[in-house]
Amino acid sequence: MDRVSKNPPTVEAAEKKTLGRGVFRRCDNCGETLKAREFTDNLEVCPACGHHFRLSAEGWVEILLDPGSFEEHDATLASADPLGFVDSKPYPERVRASRRKSGVDDAFLAGSGRLLGRPVQLGVFIYRFMGGSMGSVVGEKITRMFERATERGEPAILLSASGGARMQEGALSLMQMAKSVAALGRLRRAGLPFVSVLLNPTTGGVAASFAFLGDVNLAEPRALIGFAGPRVIEQTIRQKLPEGFQRAEFLLEHGMIDRIAPRPEMRATIARALGHLLD
Amino acid sequence: MAHLDFEKPLVELESRIRELRSAADGDAAIDAQIAELEARASTLQQDLLGDLGVWEKVQLSRHPERPYFLDYLERIFDDVLELHGDRVFGDDPAVVAGFARLDGESVCVVGHQKGRTTKQKQHRNFGMAHPEGYRKAQRVMELAARYGRPVLTFIDTPGAYPGLGAEERGQSEAIGASILAMAELPVPVIATVIGEGGSGGALALGVAERVLMLQYATYSVITPEGCASILWRDGARGPEAAQQLRLLAADAERLGIVDKVVSEPVGGAHRDPGDAARRLGAALRRELGELRSWSVSDRLDRRYARFRGIGQHA
Ligand SMILES: [Zn+2]
Repeated sequence: MDRVSKNPPTVEAAEKKTLGRGVFRRCDNCGETLKAREFTDNLEVCPACGHHFRLSAEGWVEILLDPGSFEEHDATLASADPLGFVDSKPYPERVRASRRKSGVDDAFLAGSGRLLGRPVQLGVFIYRFMGGSMGSVVGEKITRMFERATERGEPAILLSASGGARMQEGALSLMQMAKSVAALGRLRRAGLPFVSVLLNPTTGGVAASFAFLGDVNLAEPRALIGFAGPRVIEQTIRQKLPEGFQRAEFLLEHGMIDRIAPRPEMRATIARALGHLLD
Repeated sequence: MAHLDFEKPLVELESRIRELRSAADGDAAIDAQIAELEARASTLQQDLLGDLGVWEKVQLSRHPERPYFLDYLERIFDDVLELHGDRVFGDDPAVVAGFARLDGESVCVVGHQKGRTTKQKQHRNFGMAHPEGYRKAQRVMELAARYGRPVLTFIDTPGAYPGLGAEERGQSEAIGASILAMAELPVPVIATVIGEGGSGGALALGVAERVLMLQYATYSVITPEGCASILWRDGARGPEAAQQLRLLAADAERLGIVDKVVSEPVGGAHRDPGDAARRLGAALRRELGELRSWSVSDRLDRRYARFRGIGQHA
């Protein structure tokens, strides 16, 4: 059952986690101390140095969609424990703890809404839930999002922020890559656009499935984007990685993304891309 | 012959039998000794290989003597024509692609290729493909589609290569694009995991309406060593992680990830590669016979439905 959220979360409410409690906040990037309010008003981008701090999924909905237009789908899908996976604690316990901490059931937020008047299907990874990892629930929600877009004749917009596939669901997580990409194939066949936005970080199985298959691929400044994580690559090649490796600017230079859009310009950039493809 | 620790007693016994045989020359006493040793070997084979643990099976999937893609290609098919290059950057020896004949009919064959000697291993990069490998695979599969040739893929990789060049040239995009291209192929597609089915690099060749898996192959979201180093910061605890990952053929079948498990000779495909190839060849012929009769739209729908149904949630 789809759940209509009556009180769409505000950027402020959603950002409590990252904002800290105080009136002032020090930028981890430039060291400047500013009023916390200034970060919030600037969409979690440091007013002094322009560093993009993580914006929550709820925050993205808020800044991309027309006010009050968001209708969440599949909110109650919850993961099972198909493998009986236990590391330091059983997987179901890990999920429960993450639910308590994050206030959401899994790592993906999907829904219908309007972007500058245009009906769209929007999906955003919830990084604070197990690092945005993709298991059965995330794969199912993304697949349904593409299917809904195809059925309704609406473009799909997906914002990725994920470490990759969720290890605790084993090869079932891996298969979500094929499932969601196949659904994207049907959207393409229907002649409907897919805008992929790569946020910090987008790696592993999420990068290696739909994230680079956008009709238009956008990224945030400095976002870490790659197949393998930097640590794995350093261990493999036994040398330090060059500065800026796997950052959005590096990907733009190597032809892997279409544009880098600073956060305040993201909505307009997506809207213009859709306009060129549809109007 | 390279062997695993748990195979050692059997391999030694078998080598003694071979030595005696070459020395026997009609000597009745030695013949009797051979017969006795063979009986012991048979019991030992049952004891050592009859009921293997998870980690032993993982080791078998990576056995240094395990038949690789080219070994099966040579044994099952005729008139093999390898095609090289991605037309963009280069040719990746970790992926072999081309056409071959199965009972006279041309089919497209694509697979990961590992090397056996040190030099070959380096040449094939241990079966870990770069983006150009996946782009070559995609190019040849789409060529096959234009001429109505079925596509048979053979998966055997620890994973796609995590390196500088691979990242610069779009490893993620190459894998994603290959997955999408396979989902849309209008021709019959059968994928078989013949050794290691390692994460995205394996799945890039794994989208098919029939997915087969050899008995001692593995299919996993991450290597046991990689999983252990994330969970416990200790890659040496791979055997423990392997227990958790449910990466064996029987697990994959139970989870709906593969459709059929193809049995191997006792102790693994390397103990009788000819027999292993016969079994795989028979399975491929059987599946292909059925798939050929489907219409294109039926085929695309069924392939879609196959993956659409994978996953567990409440
Ligand atoms: Zn700053």
